Amino acid sequence: MATELAAAPPPETGDSGPSAPRKSRPLLARIWRNYVFVKVRKAAVVVFVVANVTFFLGRAMPGDPIDVMAGRLTQGGMSMNEARAIAMHSLAYDPDAPLYEQWWEFITGILTFDLGGTINRPGFSVTDAIGAYLPWTLFSIGVGTLIAISLGLALGMVMAYKRNKVVDHVLSVVASVLGAIPNYLIAMVLVVGGGMYLGWFNPIELRGTLSPGVQPEFSFVFIGDAFFHAALPIITYVLAIIGTWMLIMKASTTEVLGEDYVTVARARGLRDARIATAYVGRNAVLPLVAQIAISFGTLVGGAIFVEQVLVYKGVGGLLLDAVNYRDYPLLQGLLIIITSCVVIANLVSDLLYSRLDPRIQN
Amino acid sequence: MAVTTTAPATGVWGTIWQGITRSTSGFIGLCLVIGVLLFAFVGPLLIDHHNPTDVSRIWGPMSAEHWLGTNHEGKDTFTQLVLGGREPILVGFMAALITVAIAVVLGAVAGYVRGRIDHLLLQLTDITMTIPFIVLMLVIASFYRTSSPMVVSFIIGLVTWPFLMRSIRAQVLTLKEREFIEAARLQDLGTARIIFVEVLPNMLGYIFINFIIAITNAIYAVVGMYLLGLLPSTADNWGLMIQQAWDNNAFLLPQAAPFLIAPMVMIMLFQIGLVTMTRSLEQALNPRLRDR
Repeated sequence: MATELAAAPPPETGDSGPSAPRKSRPLLARIWRNYVFVKVRKAAVVVFVVANVTFFLGRAMPGDPIDVMAGRLTQGGMSMNEARAIAMHSLAYDPDAPLYEQWWEFITGILTFDLGGTINRPGFSVTDAIGAYLPWTLFSIGVGTLIAISLGLALGMVMAYKRNKVVDHVLSVVASVLGAIPNYLIAMVLVVGGGMYLGWFNPIELRGTLSPGVQPEFSFVFIGDAFFHAALPIITYVLAIIGTWMLIMKASTTEVLGEDYVTVARARGLRDARIATAYVGRNAVLPLVAQIAISFGTLVGGAIFVEQVLVYKGVGGLLLDAVNYRDYPLLQGLLIIITSCVVIANLVSDLLYSRLDPRIQN
Repeated sequence: MAVTTTAPATGVWGTIWQGITRSTSGFIGLCLVIGVLLFAFVGPLLIDHHNPTDVSRIWGPMSAEHWLGTNHEGKDTFTQLVLGGREPILVGFMAALITVAIAVVLGAVAGYVRGRIDHLLLQLTDITMTIPFIVLMLVIASFYRTSSPMVVSFIIGLVTWPFLMRSIRAQVLTLKEREFIEAARLQDLGTARIIFVEVLPNMLGYIFINFIIAITNAIYAVVGMYLLGLLPSTADNWGLMIQQAWDNNAFLLPQAAPFLIAPMVMIMLFQIGLVTMTRSLEQALNPRLRDR
């Protein structure tokens, strides 16, 4: 899917270019490529608009990086003028540069994938800073979502098959309750319950993304340590989102169970296991693909709270820092990257969906 | 000119009441919500608000005098708990009102009028829905550092309406095709009147469900913002209690546990109550869901 995406050329050049063998493809395949192109173009527009929104949003807010640093220095007993001069000198931000110049620099920067340097961490580029934190967030959310969705879909199907039985009632209550509790409170309950009362683990030890001395490399030590530190966030995400997926899947499966083709499959005497997977399961999951992508954005937002509570060094803390110190380039970069992740997730789900259900391309 | 509606003779509010109380879990949810509301709004009338800082009683244990012990400043935890519910619940309520108001008006206009407005609004929601609303909210809130509950609820309301607007619009689109709307249009009753007198009252149950869901989302958001320390406040507040407890590592001290756990339990009970209420209500208003 990803290679297809990267290779998707704009339509003017689509018929020439290096993809000569594609010309012989049937008409449907070309339409499919156009569909991809339309989606990519729309996604690009969204990212561009969001980039502009973040640029102006930051500057429309009270206070700039110089103010924030000067304010901190004056608390140490320095005069305002002196503090401002020091702040101007030490920060890579020029408050007197005209807005259109800043904007032009910003837009051309995005087009060349250069998000600039951070203001408050001299020598660190925005890409470096984000590259050091975002993977941890995506890793923990990704693993958590994967487990939650697979488990949730399975349990949802069980609930639909056993609906109005005891199993269904119990699981429904569990799902509703889990879905209602804010994810950061789940994280706290885990720490208080598992760490303090049951003594299963030491919550202080689990903080951070890696133990001191462990370097990112391809080894069992590194991977084991990464999972060890990510365990609490992952369990939190699983518990926080599984309930919703159980209930959605139950509703979807119940609907499919009433379809004629399921009755026919039963009448043909197919094995129950085969009906459940090939007939019911597939068709019940189909409408949920789009929702998985949409939920991704909410998950990234919610992760900020969970990461702060569990002191997991993900993108949440970086965002709060950027906001607190008015680090415009970092803030813009973060919002653009986070939005792009959501846009790409939506894009992938759209494309996946169009593969699974070719009808929606038209 | 009487217009037939789908609501039974008891009216929409009667349906909502029946919907909530018809199942056991819905009734338990209602009881939880009423219980927490009474605790947070009637409780403050019954207790002594005077709650001084007392250095000699830091992290005091539970006793007859201090039911839930004392906190890191020696203040009585139970008094704080009683006084601390008003703010988050009020913010949740007001933010939900703002969200629902924006979403209903824009959604109804977009769905009923269609055309350019609809197109423009859909584009707008497309873009705002890609920026995770929590991220947007955190950015705005931390720039302003406001402690005014009204401003906080306004910020929450302003960033959360697009999702609801989409679903209201979809509902209006289906309602629009119904005969009674066509009848109203043939009588030339005017767009505004048709939207607000004919269309929206028929979705009241649906709007009410989404109002409750919006309350839970807003409470999630506001408590989360307190947790991150983005909202300075001097008033007693469950979110702030949790933040103070967490920042003081209360989970390492057994005698500090009530100060952390009590507000957590209150928020969880309220959220669970609201959600189970809406589930029961959803099933009542949407008969297709009933056997699901």
